Amino acid sequence: MREHIKVQVARYLPEKQSEQTFDEHEVPCQKDWVILDALNYIKDRIDGTLSFRWSCRMGICGSCGMTVNGEPKLTCATFLTEYAPGPIRVEPLRNFPIIRDLIVDIGDFMRKLVSVKPYIVRKYEKPLREGEYLQTPQELDEYKQFSMCINCMLCYAACPVYGLDPKFIGPAAIALAQRYNLDNRDQGAAQRMEVLSEHEGIWGCTFVGECTKVCPKHVDPAGAIQRYKLTGAIESMKAFFMPRGA
Amino acid sequence: MAESPTYTDYHPRWLRRRVSTYWWLEKPSYLAFVLREGSCLFVAWFVVYLLLMVRRVLQGDAAYQEFLAWSARPSVLVLNIISFAFLVFHAITFFDAAPRALSVHVGKTRVPERIVGVSHYAAWLVASLLVFWLVLGS
Repeated sequence: MREHIKVQVARYLPEKQSEQTFDEHEVPCQKDWVILDALNYIKDRIDGTLSFRWSCRMGICGSCGMTVNGEPKLTCATFLTEYAPGPIRVEPLRNFPIIRDLIVDIGDFMRKLVSVKPYIVRKYEKPLREGEYLQTPQELDEYKQFSMCINCMLCYAACPVYGLDPKFIGPAAIALAQRYNLDNRDQGAAQRMEVLSEHEGIWGCTFVGECTKVCPKHVDPAGAIQRYKLTGAIESMKAFFMPRGA
Repeated sequence: MAESPTYTDYHPRWLRRRVSTYWWLEKPSYLAFVLREGSCLFVAWFVVYLLLMVRRVLQGDAAYQEFLAWSARPSVLVLNIISFAFLVFHAITFFDAAPRALSVHVGKTRVPERIVGVSHYAAWLVASLLVFWLVLGS
């Protein structure tokens, strides 16, 4: 007989209940099964009403972020055997409103992401005949780490500052702003600084550092924010001493 | 298509959970963070203590001796021992954070984070040795 492990899944059915409850199920504890496999097993074999988001199963799409035994995790990259003998408690990501079961509303993050212009901004577009914008491997290395972000929002779930003040723009949005600021083809740093130098921008961060610890892609948002603070401080000193932008 | 699809019936009933007042007790790393933030109070106390000492030194030898006697009181001593512990904790966490905030370049190559971190500790060691030499050597 195969070994089994207990999985406690958070349920919230807005038409039936006003508080979160937990359902406990026994699932096969297979060596190659991740939490997402267990959830799909429950949905296929035990309770088809369970709702959760997932897509790629390989740590690229960033859809299946959930709270596993209190820690934000990508459920497609977290193995059941890590939690043996169990039980495993699966909850929705923290700090976001819950729509149903394990699904949270991500609208707030999406609006914040757009506000930092996460794309290449040019003051002057080069005419097409002049060819592409060139970049050396060293210039790529400057921002590559920050470009690995998959928008899974684990960093938002881990950040107590975001939990306490939802106006805080948050780790991933700042890391992605930094990804474009450090790109030699981009000229939009000043536009992004306007958004991020607000109180709810970089200065909202108190450097708890949890965002970096939970990041499944090793983006180091905390590092990005601290570097941004340094740039912001230097820029404001420059503006103070050289008001004409010398 | 119906004007109000059925799923919007439940739209306003999102479940919003409040962050507990004691969130900082949930994880050791959260507690370490809160202690680090709190350590600034003890850093401030050491600044005040230093200023008080300088003032007494300027007032003459008798005033300085009086300050030393006050400093030797158990209550002040306990406060200073706790403050020193927090000061060291503050310095270590600050130095550990420095390599992540500083991106140092030599020419076009980025200096590895480890070197940035180690150089902070090296500067700390040199400064401490200098102070020891000034206090004990003279």
